[in-house]
Amino acid sequence: MSSSVMKARLLSREGDESVYEVFIGPQHPASGHMRFIVRLQGDVIVGVDPDIGWVHRTMEKLAETKEALKAIPLFERMTIIDSQNVTIGYVRALEKLLGVEPPPRARYLRTLLSEMNRIASHLYGMGLSGIFVNHSTMFMWCFGDREVWIQLAEELTGARLTHAYSIPGGVRRDLPQGFAEKARKAIRYMRRRLEEYRKIFFDNPQVRARYEGVGVLKSHEARRLGVVGPNLRASGVRYDARLLGDYGVYDELDFVVPTAEEGDAMARLLLRGEEIRQSMRIIEQVLERIPEGPILAEKYLRLIPPKLREPALKEGRIKFPGIFANLKIPEGEAVARAEMGHGEIFYHVVSDGSKKPYRVRVVTPSFRNVVLFRYLPPGHRFMDFPAIYGSLDYFPPESDR
Amino acid sequence: MSVEDLLRRLEEKGLEPVDRGDVVSVAVEPHALREVAELLVEEGYDHLASVEGIDRPGEDVIEVVYHAESYSEELWGKLAEIRVRVPRGEPRVPSLIDVWPNALFLERETWDLMGVVFEGHPELRRLLMPPDWEGPPPLRKDYKVATEGVFVVVE
Repeated sequence: MSSSVMKARLLSREGDESVYEVFIGPQHPASGHMRFIVRLQGDVIVGVDPDIGWVHRTMEKLAETKEALKAIPLFERMTIIDSQNVTIGYVRALEKLLGVEPPPRARYLRTLLSEMNRIASHLYGMGLSGIFVNHSTMFMWCFGDREVWIQLAEELTGARLTHAYSIPGGVRRDLPQGFAEKARKAIRYMRRRLEEYRKIFFDNPQVRARYEGVGVLKSHEARRLGVVGPNLRASGVRYDARLLGDYGVYDELDFVVPTAEEGDAMARLLLRGEEIRQSMRIIEQVLERIPEGPILAEKYLRLIPPKLREPALKEGRIKFPGIFANLKIPEGEAVARAEMGHGEIFYHVVSDGSKKPYRVRVVTPSFRNVVLFRYLPPGHRFMDFPAIYGSLDYFPPESDR
Repeated sequence: MSVEDLLRRLEEKGLEPVDRGDVVSVAVEPHALREVAELLVEEGYDHLASVEGIDRPGEDVIEVVYHAESYSEELWGKLAEIRVRVPRGEPRVPSLIDVWPNALFLERETWDLMGVVFEGHPELRRLLMPPDWEGPPPLRKDYKVATEGVFVVVE
């Protein structure tokens, strides 16, 4: 398909008097904080105009107003459900500018939390895809089981959602005692639950009827539209920012990046379940192989006063030395990409040599997937719109930034 | 389709691409933007990862930066960056929506927040800002973030 055909399908159309406009949102249409102007001819969708920006907080500008390190908890609030993966790209960009690399143990710990967050994020998305077709059991189950991973993350980082775990040069806390056993228990539980999800949801004929063959995105369309995450891989494109080898220890681990060929809403749902399985495989390997050693780069450990350094190393908790918040970011530019539960996040950090970044550009996966609201629904019946929305795992605060 | 091909073809056009490890960066004039973008698509950069504006009031320019990305395995680790400098008073560049369809929302956002006009873009209207927004674009350096003071009432 040429790009002009693709463009024609992307543009919004007003239509004549036979077109009926339905406004969905901005009050919680299901996941909230956005509005769709759906144009219908009879029961058939002729166009959808996604009206986003209701929870815009100008984060790129706010990041320019504070010391580089303080933007970590700021950016976390874009995707509070996936806060490790949303900030790891920013931390990597800072590390490239500062010329510091995290020690091996810190890279393993980052991978561990990244995958725990990914599972929680996928459960959130799968729960919503349940409630979008009025399957409240799936919604309750997924949100209940997400709690398991949130509590596990709390055990590791001290916070349920706002972890702020990765910092330039390493991580804030070491693995607590007995963590591996708890994580293995959670994995056993989750494996059993995925089987139950299959019985009640994925193999449910009513769910299949709503999701199968709906919102089909072909492989070449997904490439040209720059779609990211499970929505991309469900269309048969094997791409995952974890494979770039820029962060974590993914190049040392044995896991599969699942793909599907169908490209429909059902394939996108099933793929999230498969990714949860792979993330659990990664967690098992991380717990088995994690090396001993420091959790913060030598360069920054030396900044901690000697009196505090010993207890910090013994307890495995790094309390920020004051000087850390005032780090000068060397002049230059860095880009970083990371794979979130929703897809790839892109950071471009420009520094002029001061403590605050000169410009931070962040493009989130949900923002890149907004085009799908334009592209997929036309031609479907109105009933299919919630199913398409539900399958995309779109997260408005992340898109609006 | 390889990074070497890309560098060679850009050099043949008389440009000076710089390989910075994870990015191949090339600076172009606004009139050559579309041509270079089409070259990148031919070389496998099938979509954009980002469009942004960098405000440089000291030099009186806005730098429009495009990051193109590829889903082809041989180009995974390498982004292609195009940089265009336009005068701050009248920042206009041609829209690349015909070259990269997903420029639709990325360009609209940069118009919304940085005030860069993408000529030929069919939908330059508010995206993230409210529809009645007036004043300097919020990502420009002359837009000051309003801060609220901390008030403590002492009895």
